[in-house]
Amino acid sequence: MIERKNMFSLENEKELDIAWCPGCGNFGILNILKKALEEMEEITPNNFVLVSGIGQAAKIPHYFKNNAFNGLHGRTLPVAFAIKATNPDLYVVAESGDGDMYGEGGNHFIHNMRRNINITNIVHDNRVYGLTKGQASPTSQQGMVTPVQVNGVILNPFNPIAVAIANGATFVARAFVGDMQNTKEIIKKAIRHNGYALIDLFQPCVTFNKINTYAWFNEHTYKLREDYDPSDKMQALQIAFQEDKIPLGIIYEEKGKPTFEEQLTIYKQNKDPLFKRSIDLNKLESFINSMR
Amino acid sequence: MNKTIKEDVSIVLSGEAGQGIQTIEGLLTFILKREGYYVFATKEYMSRIRGGSNSTEIRVSSKPVKSYVDKIDILIPLTKSSVEHLGDRVTEDTLIIADNDFLKLENKNLFNVPILSIAKEIGNEIYANIVAVGVILGLFKTNIKTIEEYLKERFGDKGEKIVSDNLKAASEGYKLGKDFSESGEIKIEISANESLKDDLLISGTDAVALGALAGNCDSIFSYPMTPGSGVLVDLANFSKNFDILVEQAEDEIAAINMAIGGWYAGARSMVTTSDGGFALMEEGLSLAGMIESPIVIHLAQRPAPATGLPTRTAQEGLNLVIHAGHGEFPRLVFSPGSLEQAFYLTQKAFNIADKYQIPVFVLTDQFFVDSYYNVKKLDLSKIENKKYFVETTEDYKRYDLSKAKNGVSPRGIPNYGNGLVVVDSDEHDEEGHITEDLDIRIKMVEKRLKKFEALKEDFISPEFYGNDNYKYLVVCWGSNYNVVKEALENINNKDLAMLHFSQVYPIPENAVEFLEKAEKIIDVENNATGQFAKLIRAETGIKIDSKILKFNGMPFSVEELTAKIREELQ
Repeated sequence: MIERKNMFSLENEKELDIAWCPGCGNFGILNILKKALEEMEEITPNNFVLVSGIGQAAKIPHYFKNNAFNGLHGRTLPVAFAIKATNPDLYVVAESGDGDMYGEGGNHFIHNMRRNINITNIVHDNRVYGLTKGQASPTSQQGMVTPVQVNGVILNPFNPIAVAIANGATFVARAFVGDMQNTKEIIKKAIRHNGYALIDLFQPCVTFNKINTYAWFNEHTYKLREDYDPSDKMQALQIAFQEDKIPLGIIYEEKGKPTFEEQLTIYKQNKDPLFKRSIDLNKLESFINSMR
Repeated sequence: MNKTIKEDVSIVLSGEAGQGIQTIEGLLTFILKREGYYVFATKEYMSRIRGGSNSTEIRVSSKPVKSYVDKIDILIPLTKSSVEHLGDRVTEDTLIIADNDFLKLENKNLFNVPILSIAKEIGNEIYANIVAVGVILGLFKTNIKTIEEYLKERFGDKGEKIVSDNLKAASEGYKLGKDFSESGEIKIEISANESLKDDLLISGTDAVALGALAGNCDSIFSYPMTPGSGVLVDLANFSKNFDILVEQAEDEIAAINMAIGGWYAGARSMVTTSDGGFALMEEGLSLAGMIESPIVIHLAQRPAPATGLPTRTAQEGLNLVIHAGHGEFPRLVFSPGSLEQAFYLTQKAFNIADKYQIPVFVLTDQFFVDSYYNVKKLDLSKIENKKYFVETTEDYKRYDLSKAKNGVSPRGIPNYGNGLVVVDSDEHDEEGHITEDLDIRIKMVEKRLKKFEALKEDFISPEFYGNDNYKYLVVCWGSNYNVVKEALENINNKDLAMLHFSQVYPIPENAVEFLEKAEKIIDVENNATGQFAKLIRAETGIKIDSKILKFNGMPFSVEELTAKIREELQ
């Protein structure tokens, strides 16, 4: 049987010079995302934009066949926000590492969830800086020894789930690349969620993080029960602080909250993306004349 | 005391922040313009919300006035410290109209007018500013109907009581002003011209914001920073009538990345900021250079470094915008000198940015954005906006070298056509994918830099003013246009001319002939090091030795520039 090629695969997929180490969790995310996208009939490489920042995770758009914006370190979200805001017809996924999203881009992380722009934010969380050779990331465990944190990390780890829930994010999930099936379903639900969706996606760095390995994640995570109710905010917050066993799944989901773009006057009468519009110079002329 | 002021009067109102000085500026300039006068207004203010000493200068004239003067013919101080604040500008010739029961000033040119008492009688000290407006309008013997109409327009939505109180305050003041005029104590003789009442009266901020609209700007992303934020506020107001997406970003870094994201999706986006805000945007500028994204950046300069003098004026941002961003890539910098130029060049900025896929700056400054004067017309008949992005085909490559003209490859946007659009801040191949192939690197650098050549053919010529057979050439840029012009009119020397650059980078090709023809070039700039003179030298090899530089945070006044240019002629 000939395996059908995924429509999001580049023609030269086999020869691609992929920059990740063998065994890197990014490979899994790449495959899962591709499968998820292909299973979503509404999405094509044309109406989909993958936006990333800088880092190993941020290279992901280059191994995909779709529209892509690989921007600056930490600046994934402002770009993704503006693409969606100026053309709401596009499906936008913002994808980068924990350093990019929570460290360098922390301010954007906070404020874009306040905007509730309808994008999906997938954070490759390996709890270490891989591309720069193993320094601590915002999610690194306390005590982890690195080339910079030589006596162990002192800082308290950033809790993206709790921050997101507290900050008004309308879809907050955690996934682990080792759990492909669930991760794929979470991604699909996140993309279909109307509003900002965060997936903090565990992904082992096989080279620089010797603590949070595949085995470690397997041992320290569990799937949320099927009857778990993600609409209960206080329960979700409680779960967000669980450290011994980390829950995987949709931890919090708020439905029906209007998105940023739904609240914009410019789309109330006219659904056209901005690139299709032009200023009416006659109207501008009378407007200027009314200022006399 | 009898005093007659002819042709051109400079009125200064000064008080604390919060005393309504800006309201006075708005009311007086618009009412006087409607009465058929040429007006000019500019303010200077401290970086605080309440207190301090701020002032606004309003020039009213029978001929066009567009620049700042030191002289104060009539001063209306609302606080005791106002007079001291204005320093040497208050001379023996300055008439002071003040409520001296409260201010207790000592000055032989003082006219005691119960401004505050009247305001209190009406019900609130806050009306003092409106009483002052009335006094001035009385001196001009303005039609009281114009005042009524304007107050209704301005305060109408605040309710009848507010309108009638304001009207009462204005007419009480008006009577007093008119008395001075009729008794001959203060006589203002400026001829009004009916045809001026339909002039536009706009600020530099308005000119930039309207120009952006005319350039089909459909989105603005910015973080507020004085003096650049006015454009954000203007466009937010215009968004009630036009389809503009206005978003206040969490910081400047977000703002510029948003604007670039907007252009990627086909929207015409801009940011507005000041030097310090732009400093944060530098990496985003570099990103625009690398991915060949258009972007329009309005930067209103103020004194620096760091936070500098937040509310004052300067031309210190030129080096910044020219050198900002790491790496080598093309850009263009406009620096309008007049409100009309600000309108047309901002409109053009969007098309140039789009055409060449480069960052285009509109570089103004605090003095420029905060100044108002009569503008006859903003002509929209010749305006053309072309959207330069293309509908893509399946084989589309964002950085196609074979299809690049002057280094410009056709720019596709997502979901418009069958192609895919990939852009990358890393060095990239023709498809936009990351590469470390050093041969492609060379081709991409050359492609990007090639745009410089094309830009040289599409430049805005510097404006020459004066006698063709000049010996002395005053070189200036940006907001010094009008003050240099007025100084030259005062000096009236046939050997003297002005060359004003509204495109400061790249230096327009034809500038060299003008510069080489002069026996002596005099550079006028609001900075301490002559940044533009250095740029001219770097780009053309022409060295300018005479420099008139001012960097105390205030604009050049006509008088001081007239004197300083005269010195250079000796």
